[in-house]
Amino acid sequence: MIEIDVNGKKHNVDATEDTPLLWIVREQLGLTGSKFGCGMAQCGACTMHLEGEAVRSCITPLSRAKGKKIVTIEGLDKSLSEPIQKAWIEKDVPQCGYCQSGQVMSAAVLLRENPKPTDEDIDNAMAGNICRCGTYQRIREAIHIAAKSI
Amino acid sequence: MVLMVFVTVFAVNKNHEEVEKNYAFEKQLEEESKQAFLKAYKVFMHPRCVNCHPAGDAPLQGDDSHIHSQNVKRGIDGKGLYALKCSNCHQEKNIPGDNMPPGHDIWQLPPAHMKMVFEGKSPRQLAEHFMDNEFTGFVNWQEDLIHHVEHEPLVLHSWSYGTRPPLSHEEFVESLKEWIEKGAALPD
Ligand code: FES
Ligand code: FES
Repeated sequence: MIEIDVNGKKHNVDATEDTPLLWIVREQLGLTGSKFGCGMAQCGACTMHLEGEAVRSCITPLSRAKGKKIVTIEGLDKSLSEPIQKAWIEKDVPQCGYCQSGQVMSAAVLLRENPKPTDEDIDNAMAGNICRCGTYQRIREAIHIAAKSI
Repeated sequence: MVLMVFVTVFAVNKNHEEVEKNYAFEKQLEEESKQAFLKAYKVFMHPRCVNCHPAGDAPLQGDDSHIHSQNVKRGIDGKGLYALKCSNCHQEKNIPGDNMPPGHDIWQLPPAHMKMVFEGKSPRQLAEHFMDNEFTGFVNWQEDLIHHVEHEPLVLHSWSYGTRPPLSHEEFVESLKEWIEKGAALPD
């Protein structure tokens, strides 16, 4: 059994240390907001926060997550999730939505570290989150809007 | 008198011979030193090394040293920016499987204040850089350079995945030691 702390709740999970964190969060904890896209750190759909950093949970082994604070899209702090959600709705950002929880988790780290990002800062933070529907322009506008209310 | 002249001429000739011999010996050492650096240079220019010593602010990737996917950036401390920090994808060790991110406890580029660019440098430029403590941050460049290539975990990691550098780690370290011991001659 391995103990992990997800969204402030401790869970004992039955898995080996090399099991990817995403598998456990989705399959054992039933938190399905984080998505599986590529499984090799290429798309960002699985982004969660590990001690506040936007890790790719599809390749993060449980051994690394053990004893650390994990936050998924379901547990993102309201100080960040509310302004981001409002801006996302205002700009009608998602199309199919599959990449969006990863986009939001990456945007949250950007806004926490840089509350007034420029377009270049946004590119530097978000270039690793792929959106097959091509919502990039709306994501960028929404981040600027969210920044105004953070 | 004749004997004295003979002795003097003999001594001068002998001296001259010695000087010539010394000169030839030094020339040979210098040449060997240069050759040793050129051998190590092949490792410095290999993708496993140069990919993290790029001329720009994005790391390089793969055996063709293309710009790292997702256009990740160096950042101030060399560890990336915002949601694209190196350790967000690179784990504490290599992940098995093709095209999976390699990993180590520390994963970073040289920091922004000391970029230590290898990409595009000639052998002579690189050798000169290694002697410049502002380029490397070393205090005693000879000792520190050897220690760095011998023990730095990320240097050692270059021999742990993907296409390996053209020398073994031992040969690489030996070449650099030889370069320094034989006078750290600058390649032409
Ligand atoms: S599913 Fe993790 S980065 Fe694509
Ligand atoms: S909204 Fe469809 S993949 Fe991004």
